Amino acid sequence: MFESLTASLSSAINSLRGRGKLTDANMREGLGAVRTALLEADVAYDVADGFLARVAEGAMGAKVLESLDPAQQLVGIVHQELVGLMGPVDHSLHLQSGTTTVFMLCGLQGSGKTTSCAKLARKIKEQGQGVMLVAADLQRPAAIEQLAVLGRQLGVPVHTPADMPTGSTDPVAVCNAGVARARKENISVVILDTAGRLAIDEELMRELAKIDRTVGPDQVYLVVDAMTGQDAVRSAQAFNDALELDGVIMTKLDGDARGGAALSVKSVTGVPIKFIGTGEQIEALEDFHPERMAGRILGMGDVVSLVEEAQRKFDQDEMKRQEERLKAGEFTLDDFKKMLLQTRRLGPLGKVLGMIPGMGGMQEMLGGADLEKDMNRLFGIIDSMTPDERRNPSRFVDQSRRRRIAAGAGVEAHEVSDLVKQFDGMSAMMKGMAGLGMRERMQQVQQLQAQFANPSARLGRPKGDTGKRLTADERRKLKKQRDKDTRRKKRGDRA
Amino acid sequence: MALFRFGRKEESPPSQAAAEAAALPVETATDQPAPQGFLARLRAGLAKTSRVFNTDVRDLFKREGRLVDDEFLEELRAALVKTDMGPSAAEAIVVDVRERLRARVVDPKVVLDSIRTQLLMRLAPAAASIVTATSGPTVILVTGVNGSGKTTSIAKLARLFSRDGKRVVLGAGDTFRAAAVEQLGMWAGRLGVEIVRGEPGCDPASVAHRAVAKAIGEGFDVCIIDTAGRLQTQANLMQELGKIRRVIAKQIPDAPHETLLVIDATAGQNALSQAKGFKEAAGCTGIVLTKLDGSARGGVIVPVAEQFGLPVKFVGVGESADDLDRFEPEAFLSALLEGAFSAAG
Repeated sequence: MFESLTASLSSAINSLRGRGKLTDANMREGLGAVRTALLEADVAYDVADGFLARVAEGAMGAKVLESLDPAQQLVGIVHQELVGLMGPVDHSLHLQSGTTTVFMLCGLQGSGKTTSCAKLARKIKEQGQGVMLVAADLQRPAAIEQLAVLGRQLGVPVHTPADMPTGSTDPVAVCNAGVARARKENISVVILDTAGRLAIDEELMRELAKIDRTVGPDQVYLVVDAMTGQDAVRSAQAFNDALELDGVIMTKLDGDARGGAALSVKSVTGVPIKFIGTGEQIEALEDFHPERMAGRILGMGDVVSLVEEAQRKFDQDEMKRQEERLKAGEFTLDDFKKMLLQTRRLGPLGKVLGMIPGMGGMQEMLGGADLEKDMNRLFGIIDSMTPDERRNPSRFVDQSRRRRIAAGAGVEAHEVSDLVKQFDGMSAMMKGMAGLGMRERMQQVQQLQAQFANPSARLGRPKGDTGKRLTADERRKLKKQRDKDTRRKKRGDRA
Repeated sequence: MALFRFGRKEESPPSQAAAEAAALPVETATDQPAPQGFLARLRAGLAKTSRVFNTDVRDLFKREGRLVDDEFLEELRAALVKTDMGPSAAEAIVVDVRERLRARVVDPKVVLDSIRTQLLMRLAPAAASIVTATSGPTVILVTGVNGSGKTTSIAKLARLFSRDGKRVVLGAGDTFRAAAVEQLGMWAGRLGVEIVRGEPGCDPASVAHRAVAKAIGEGFDVCIIDTAGRLQTQANLMQELGKIRRVIAKQIPDAPHETLLVIDATAGQNALSQAKGFKEAAGCTGIVLTKLDGSARGGVIVPVAEQFGLPVKFVGVGESADDLDRFEPEAFLSALLEGAFSAAG
């Protein structure tokens, strides 16, 4: 996300690089480029203007004039201002103990309310709280069914108009009954899914205000599509006026939308952006972090997010077991498969790559390449092997076995060889890594990254591995050669 | 622009397009719009907008004897950018106004005419009517990002065609999103058109295949196929669209006759990326611009038409099944500019 804004901003700032100090003139040019970048990112016109005024103010002055690297200075100020504009954050759901907390989600049509309701419900359920969904979107055909299906997937009760004794079609009544039912059944959280509406449709906005008044939700969230343009300001303003929002959920940030709406909505409503939707899977709801987002905008990568996500999702025990096996010098194709599966749990591979600094370009380079599919082919190959073959593929997999495996997995024979070769390199490195400290491991990982960055380079055996045991004769020969070289070098030094 | 039109081989000849337009109860851009016409509806929609929101640009033409100076041009730029046409298109128009009218007294009519001419030139590729099959059913594939309004647009399209006396069959190809098939099914029931469904999670191409087969076998005039919403960055999902197209083309070689990309009028500059992605991967031939009844003006179709030559074929201007009209650039611009400069008139 934000990749394109990153690119535009860095080209704007690059135009300042190497020009010595910031002057009025060269800063104006740079800031003009930043402004175009912001507008292209759909930051609202007035918000962008305010942003630039603050950046200009911060950039002018003695500090900048004395600065040795004005480009860095400007990056710092732009970054600071971006963080300032999108923060501070508050990820707390403000759940109340002992009583039912009511959430209401609202937004324009197609912004992703129903999906966000389900994602939010999953998040709350993951925290061990009881959740109920209330289908109050009685406008869109089959919106109720959609929520009901999602509720079934999550194992969460859904209150629909069908549960109403009178079969009421009044969203206010449905919400009221839903909340009452949750209180009676001691369900700690209720999420109301309201109908999408236009910000300028006064009648529907009144209906929303009425739900707000009579049901009295504890938290009202506005759901905003990250692809929204200049209209984000107007609609957010209208919803905020009608409802007093408590937070914003920004959706569809897994695409290439630059998401300038995040800046606009925050600055207009003043309410924090709580969560971001980053995928179609029901777990793709993440906390919003302005400093990370700003860092992303400026091309600094997002290591923190990656680490956090890894910690949450990796199976700690499994990691430990693998560590032990590695220390004992065991690393099989089964372990390899487990590792890949764990990586996959982080999310779509392309997304994971994008989070690693310096790998953003990698993502682009891969372009249409379907990493997930490739991975499934690998699994197919591994699954078609016998336990022995998985333990030591280079020893067991001969030509005839290779044909058998390829046929079993539905791949070409050379793909089996490729995997075996890659696995050899990998397992040597893994075994090497197990004995190393953190620092050396990082070096290894960097080496691995370098290899990734150059896809033509195969994973070879790293140096230092006992690739082949030498005979006594060969060792003598090698020593002789080494001594000869040393003597020659010494002579050269004296001369 | 003329060159471009010649380039579009599958386009129906202008005469046929004109005949089609004449045969339809759609208001063209005239000075006296009928109450139910496209312009009238757009105006009604945008009037709501201007009443509530347009205070910021009202002052643009207000002051008597105002000169076309830097300040005026800056305000003009702001007003244009706020329609979502993007900074570069806005810049080009500002430059044009500056070159021609600099230091003159602002005459709203002259300035607006100048802007209109510029925009019309950019939108010219956007004037094209829907392509239909010469014989057999016309197949229309509808694509777009999540939440852009595909399913609702399909219902409206079906209504538009059945109003013309065409027999319509729908293919519920969104087998991914929960209850999407039900949603289209409810529309089909309301409109009294036939629908071909698939099991949730089944291959959308198979639904498309069966829908087209039914259209051929039972002599339907139009077959409209829904697809699941997808972001243009999801490479494998975009390839799926290619597969659907191929499956359709196996039964009718020149089908789908139209592949429409549904764009939400509230979308900002990302619509450019959408147009690029869907044109490349799904061979989109036209655009349906939805949700024009809100406060958003859909100005982004200006750069979309200019850069990708994708014509806007329909606009959605309301929530009922009747609120879909064929696109009229002149009328669209009138509404766009009236919305942006509401004090001008």
